[in-house]
Amino acid sequence: MPTVKSLEDLKRIREEALQKRQVKAASGEANIVVAMGTCGIAAGAREAMKAILNLIETENIPGIIVTQTGCIGLCEREPIVQVQVGEQPKVTYGKVTPEIARRIVKEHVVEGKIIEDHVIPM
Amino acid sequence: MKFYRSHVLVCIDPECRSKGAYEVLDALQDELVANGLIDEVQVLETSRIGGCDQGPEIMVYPEGVHYANLTPDDMAFIVEEHFLKGRIAKKFLLPITSVVDEELSAPTPKEIRIVLRNCGKIDPQNIEDYIAEDGYMALAKVLTEMTPEDVIDEVMKSGLRGRGGAGFPTAKKWSFARASAGTPKYLICNADEGDPGAFMNRRVLEGDPHAVIEGMAIAAYAIGCNQGYIYCRAEYPIAVSTLRLGIQQAREMGLLGQNILGTDFSFDLEVRMGAGAFVCGEETALMASIEGKRGEPRPRPPFPAVSGLWGKPTNINNVETYANVPQIILKGADWYASMGTEKSKGTKTFALAGDVKHTGLIEVPLGITLREIIFDVGGGIKDNKGFKAVQTGGPMGGCLPSEYLDLSVDYEALTAAGSMMGSGGMVVMDDETCMVDIARFFMEFTQDESCGKCTPCRVGTRRILDILNRICAGKGEDGDIELLEQLSQEIRTNSLCGLGQGAPNPVISTLKHFRHEYEAHIYEKKCPAKVCKALIRYEILPEACTGCTVCARNCPVGAITGERRGVHVIDSDICVRCGICQQVCNFNAVVVR
Repeated sequence: MPTVKSLEDLKRIREEALQKRQVKAASGEANIVVAMGTCGIAAGAREAMKAILNLIETENIPGIIVTQTGCIGLCEREPIVQVQVGEQPKVTYGKVTPEIARRIVKEHVVEGKIIEDHVIPM
Repeated sequence: MKFYRSHVLVCIDPECRSKGAYEVLDALQDELVANGLIDEVQVLETSRIGGCDQGPEIMVYPEGVHYANLTPDDMAFIVEEHFLKGRIAKKFLLPITSVVDEELSAPTPKEIRIVLRNCGKIDPQNIEDYIAEDGYMALAKVLTEMTPEDVIDEVMKSGLRGRGGAGFPTAKKWSFARASAGTPKYLICNADEGDPGAFMNRRVLEGDPHAVIEGMAIAAYAIGCNQGYIYCRAEYPIAVSTLRLGIQQAREMGLLGQNILGTDFSFDLEVRMGAGAFVCGEETALMASIEGKRGEPRPRPPFPAVSGLWGKPTNINNVETYANVPQIILKGADWYASMGTEKSKGTKTFALAGDVKHTGLIEVPLGITLREIIFDVGGGIKDNKGFKAVQTGGPMGGCLPSEYLDLSVDYEALTAAGSMMGSGGMVVMDDETCMVDIARFFMEFTQDESCGKCTPCRVGTRRILDILNRICAGKGEDGDIELLEQLSQEIRTNSLCGLGQGAPNPVISTLKHFRHEYEAHIYEKKCPAKVCKALIRYEILPEACTGCTVCARNCPVGAITGERRGVHVIDSDICVRCGICQQVCNFNAVVVR
């Protein structure tokens, strides 16, 4: 456990504790789910995910939860990324390259425009 | 800021550590590095997240998945399954059990929660959770910006009064202890909550122990003492273990012990367990008990501020009083004084019990009316019955009838009405309650708990109980009421401590407000509320009885006779007034007279 030697120490621990609290209470306005089955990983899902994470970090976009899921049964369309913003219906994208992944975050999640070309109708 | 898609909290509580939490943590980090996930998944150390009995354990967010019973060798599997492929590793999953809090529900509109603000919200076993809620910031403010005199002034301005029940101004008590000559000085927290049905303090100790610890540290700084004791009853094992864990965590962080926050202020705490004698809630008896002596009160003066624990200047406050202090320092005296009445500031917790719809713990601003507490916060009387009386102040308090419903709940008004604030027990009674029986119940409690040191309390409470038992048994005599009044007066004026002085209060207040019930018991041999068994009898209404024989078959003593399809009769001499016949009758033919 960290020791508190001054007021600054205490404030720092409070910030850390608050951060942990936020982590626990995180209820994202947007959920991005990357399909990460063996098929997805082979098709480049990790690269897509890394692109998403990097963009969120560099642009400092709040309220996004990025999680993974397994194979959803459309191996030939991998890498697959599913996006749900608020209460809106879930949108599934196929053949997501890092470039498309970045567009998904920018255009769909931030601006609210679905990238129709890459949507898999489900 | 760095963005992580997932956060893993690893419990490094001593218990989990002893089971290899650090080895698990290292293995987890190694696996994340090996899989190239270390930039996406953040690993954090934390204190308890579960019971630790199934440790080492980790919590994974944002999913909120709890894994337990882990070994370093399992990490490769968990990292590949959960963090790489996004599949929950069911093998290690601990199910989340939802707990319904029966004691403390969400606050109603008339409530303000200061003392209870963190209860049920933060993890009491995790000091970080308290710090996230500005915990120990008040102590830091006091140590870095305020002199002890400033602290006393601020608390004085807030108008905080002793929440143990007597309502002595807290700051005044502190200034006496500060001015008192003699070293060392001691600080005591009275956590010997013993009123029947009261559990306000237990809940604070179990739910927000650091608020009490911080409040005590601030008081210690104001008074100039370095050692404190929390006197908690052994019947509160969870409170004791939570406090001990809290003290240990505060010590590890350096928030208790030597040179707190790099200043020259040092303060440490110890929990002392009481064996459950009610009289040990009285301050002089409590101190005797901490010293290892028999828990008996002694005459005052000298007051504890002059000669207390081991003959040294001692300050003693209640759990709730201390729990208020950090908030007063942080938000200011004016904020605190904006709630309540002219002389009673702030809020008070009550354990609302009895015949009210929503029983449980509440915290209301002082000055609220009894009606608001019972009908708005408590939701009114159960089963649509009528209100009869409310008992405030525990066994030493009094019963107030419906005329007092609009009474403001503050120290002075309650005392003037013949009751008292007390530590916060509040028992609501409906119109089927016998007030003589209630007085008898409380007298039974105080008689049992009298320590026996002084005669008025030891013998007097016994005599009062004898008379009340006689009245309830239908053997009351002319002159009993006067005898009760005389005895009550003498016990009140001649007893050594608050227990004896307050013991007759239930009798005095019920005699004042419900004298006609005593008279009905004694002169008419009737119990108007139909509670006292010796004064009631069960009868079967001939016109309603269908002769179904259910009552006769269920009567445990064979007091009911009658032919099938014929009217049944209860023999009052055999009947034990258990009431089963009334419960089983389908035709409402059994009545109480």
